[in-house]
Amino acid sequence: MALGFGGCVRFDGVQSALAPVSPEADHVFSLSWIMFWGSVAILVLVMVLGFYAVFGRRRPALDGNKMVIAGGVLLPLLALPPLLVYALALGDGLRAPPPEGALRIEVTGHQWWWEVRYRFPDAGDDFTTANEIHLPVGQAVEVLVTSNDVIHSFWVPRLAGKIDAMPGHANRLTLKAEEAGEFRGQCAEFCGAQHTHMAFVVVAKPQEAFEAWAAGQRKPARQPSSTEARRGLAAFLSQGCVECHTVRGTPASGRIGPDLTHVGSRRTLAAGTLDNNSATLAALIRDYQEFKPGADMPSHKDAFDQPTAESIAAYLEELQ
Amino acid sequence: MTNADAGSSLRERLDVIWGAPPGWRGRLQVVNHTAVGQRFIITGFVFFLIAGLLAMVMRAQIAIPGANIVDHETYNRLFTMHGTTMMFLFAVPMVEGFALYLIPKMIGARDLVFPRLGAYGYWCYLFGGLLLYSSFLFDMVPAGGWFMYVPLNDKEFAPDSSVDFWLLGVTFVEISSISGAIELIATILRARAPGMSLRRMPLFAWYMLVVAFMILIGFPPLVMGSILLELQRTVGLPFYDTAAGGNPLLWQHLFWIFGHPEVYIIFLPAAGMLSMIIPTFARRAIVGYSWVVLSVLATGFISFMLWAHHMYTVGLPYLSQSFFSAASLAVVIPSGIQIFSWIATLWTGRPKFEVPMLYVFGFFFTFVAGGLTGVMVAIAPFDWQVHDTHFVVAHLHYVLFGGMVFPLFAAFYYWLPKFSGRVPSKLLARAAFWLIFLGFNITFLPMHLTGFLGMPRRVYTYGWDVGWEWTNLISTVGGFVLTAGIGALVADLVLHFRYGRRAEGDVWGAGTLEWAVDNPATNYNFVSIGPVDDSHPLWSKPELAGRMHRGEYYLADTSSGQRETLGTSTLDGEPQQVIILPKPTPLPLISAVFTAFFFIGILSSLYWLSAASIAATVITMLIWAWQNGSLTPPKLIDAGLGLRLPPHYSTPNAPGLWGTGLTLAGDASLFGSLLFTYYYLWAVWPEPWPASGTAETALLPASLAAAALAASSLIVAIARRGVLLHIGLTAAALLSVVYLVLEYQALSQMAPKPTESAYSAVLWTMYGFVATHIVISLLMNGFVQARQWRGYIDAQRQLEPRVMRLFWHGTVIMGIATYATIHLFAEVI
Repeated sequence: MALGFGGCVRFDGVQSALAPVSPEADHVFSLSWIMFWGSVAILVLVMVLGFYAVFGRRRPALDGNKMVIAGGVLLPLLALPPLLVYALALGDGLRAPPPEGALRIEVTGHQWWWEVRYRFPDAGDDFTTANEIHLPVGQAVEVLVTSNDVIHSFWVPRLAGKIDAMPGHANRLTLKAEEAGEFRGQCAEFCGAQHTHMAFVVVAKPQEAFEAWAAGQRKPARQPSSTEARRGLAAFLSQGCVECHTVRGTPASGRIGPDLTHVGSRRTLAAGTLDNNSATLAALIRDYQEFKPGADMPSHKDAFDQPTAESIAAYLEELQ
Repeated sequence: MTNADAGSSLRERLDVIWGAPPGWRGRLQVVNHTAVGQRFIITGFVFFLIAGLLAMVMRAQIAIPGANIVDHETYNRLFTMHGTTMMFLFAVPMVEGFALYLIPKMIGARDLVFPRLGAYGYWCYLFGGLLLYSSFLFDMVPAGGWFMYVPLNDKEFAPDSSVDFWLLGVTFVEISSISGAIELIATILRARAPGMSLRRMPLFAWYMLVVAFMILIGFPPLVMGSILLELQRTVGLPFYDTAAGGNPLLWQHLFWIFGHPEVYIIFLPAAGMLSMIIPTFARRAIVGYSWVVLSVLATGFISFMLWAHHMYTVGLPYLSQSFFSAASLAVVIPSGIQIFSWIATLWTGRPKFEVPMLYVFGFFFTFVAGGLTGVMVAIAPFDWQVHDTHFVVAHLHYVLFGGMVFPLFAAFYYWLPKFSGRVPSKLLARAAFWLIFLGFNITFLPMHLTGFLGMPRRVYTYGWDVGWEWTNLISTVGGFVLTAGIGALVADLVLHFRYGRRAEGDVWGAGTLEWAVDNPATNYNFVSIGPVDDSHPLWSKPELAGRMHRGEYYLADTSSGQRETLGTSTLDGEPQQVIILPKPTPLPLISAVFTAFFFIGILSSLYWLSAASIAATVITMLIWAWQNGSLTPPKLIDAGLGLRLPPHYSTPNAPGLWGTGLTLAGDASLFGSLLFTYYYLWAVWPEPWPASGTAETALLPASLAAAALAASSLIVAIARRGVLLHIGLTAAALLSVVYLVLEYQALSQMAPKPTESAYSAVLWTMYGFVATHIVISLLMNGFVQARQWRGYIDAQRQLEPRVMRLFWHGTVIMGIATYATIHLFAEVI
């Protein structure tokens, strides 16, 4: 099942609805197969009848009106109500509220990145991160989706169908990953210039690992250890980065861009667009517009030089 | 003189009466439906080619990951303009153009009943399209998607004028769609051949009747949505702004209340074409005529109850999603009936397989496949996965290309002899079909899979890590094959007009009246209009076409020198009147030019230009109305075969009155959209609806205003003749002004600043809506009084007062509904 088209097309890609890892995605996947084969059967039936009607020699003398009623009325009446009942019952289960006391994650769409805020029902402080969502395997998690600006749509195909991020209103989705792994999500509602580059990663991991991760995320940013990183922190604080970004434990508390407290621990940069490493980080800091034209983060080509960008990158990379 | 000679000299006279003035000036004055319809079709086809090329640039860009053929901004512009062009500048004008061209020929009329409106519609379409495309000159091409969602397309996120180009250009084009709809309905219901009862009407006319009503009711919600968005962008009325109590979902509702019927507005005319083409090649009448008619009516109704299936992911309550799922599946039944009716017609007929039938089979495969994926996306839980992915792109192209373009190409080949007087070729036509069919399926079949693999719509690039490269590459290759096929089709059509074999008479052996028209069609269609007593008159009476051409039936007398066609009763097609049609005139063009300047004025914030242009448009339209045919007292006209009929303007059943009634129907939909806006905002308002607190003090002036308005209607209804008419109309005019003043005072108390909240904005917009109608009513009022004063109104000539009264009452009803909504209900509830 993993490969089709002579081995060219991978069906189990990181963002493929054909490789479900949750009950919701799996139910919809089964429903897709039922509808696919039903559709193939009906299409073949119609085409065979059509061809036979024109090219068939010795067609049986059927009553035309009865054909119309049989094909146009009875066939849909037989096929569709069961499908509807099955599918609607299925959907009702999928959109059921999460169990009491479930972990809540508030996701806010921004042009063009995702703000992710963890709310723990009983134990542990809340914290904010961006463009990466970690989940405990096997547990239903409530995701509240909203938007800070235009309409976006939150979609992780391997886990669930999409839900729109509307300004001024929160929509709810329940996510439950049945296996550990990394699954890609992407904005599905056209949201402007860089809609294309508004992805994120969902990381499902065992409960203990998740808790360890959450504990790490709760901590304030660590102090820079190397000289370069210390220079980087100084530059970060003096070059205007703090207007937009927060690094907990430093004076940086801007709310316009992603929280960078643990940016070094994240897998990707620029909302799921690029791999996270110091070279890319430095390049982005120097000239974000080169990679994501139109985004709010300005180009700093004229503001500071490459070594400064590299030092800031060195600092941010330490923020594990 | 023999009959044949009589026929040919008659033709010469008809050629003169129905011909256009010579030269390019003459061309600008043409109002005849054959010429206007052809212009729609050709212009629409050019837009189709342009939009197709835009799509090919997109396909090239996403053929492989990380390509750099166009940047993100250009890509966003490409898909916005591709969708907008295909929907608004190709599909709807094309099917309407085909109908404007074909309907009179099919129902045995010489022209549409409002030829100048048809010409005006064409110019609005052309200028609207040019206005939209002129955005390229200013580098302000719309890039917000063809659905123009807010807030993305509000001033905050789209500060330049690109969105205004879209809103104004599209609204301008919609004038043409709506005017075409009015014209088609009035013609189909009022100008059929004698004896063509509704039950004998060609199916295409039934389809277009339903489609025209759908346009009339379905387009105004988008027009209203666009007006509100333009008001938000230019004057800051915050209808869609959550910070001021507005709601971005309001736009989505208004857009899709239009947008879903739109899909059937595009598909049904094409299905109507198939319902003409298939019986001809099956050599028998359609199986289940009544079933098909009922199906079309049912589709029309149901299509207005499906809109929210485009909104399954916005967070609607699951119960309402389930309702829309069920309603969406219900539409399968009427579609199924039509499909099986076509198959049964072929099955029980003696089919022959000509070029149009190739496209019919292309349609069967593609459309049924698209319908089946339509069933899938109608199921909400499935749609949550595939919504806004390439699966939906594949689905909609299967439905629209399969459901509209394949039938359209079948129709091109089928009716080509009418356009060119020649018979289509076979070889190149077949090659073109196979390239198009294979190219289409290679493009769009793998695209379903691309969507399942997780590729969202409207992304200009993707990485190697997501696994979409192969299906995209295949789609792009298919796109080039499809493009080659379209190229072959164009080449075939060009060669056809030059080298095609001459077509004589009824080329395919069809049974409906358009095949009694010459190849190529003459301006007047029929030398005389023959009686009809079944649905395929050319099959049951083979001599009919010849006798019509020899002038043996109605309206063969050309002595008046006027353009005439028969006005018949709606149900049975009994001759009732002679409809006298206008001659070529530059007025439609002049009106459309002024209308264009109205839109240009708004676009460039030159509001004085808009005001002057709207005044000029009104003046040209008043001149146009003044010229209508009743400057002399009416006399009965010899319609032939011993029948003497009154001219249309002396009857209580004149087409103009129908046109007014239909305009009011569209207007009611526009007003209904505004009421919907009011109640929707109320429903989602976070706090107590402001009206509840403020309406009390305003109730007295508002009630007096409403009473004045109601009284004006009563007076208009009573005052009918002579001096009384003058006194009554003047009094009614004064009362309407009293309404405007008092209501203004009432609203000033309730909501002093229109920009303050969505609530204030909707109140003042409703006021503006009614006020605009009062201004139009006052113009009509003055117009009628002027005619009365000049002596053009008497016992026989009552058309203008009737039209005025109808519009006046319509305006008053809207005023009273506004009163009830914003003053009474807010108090009661």
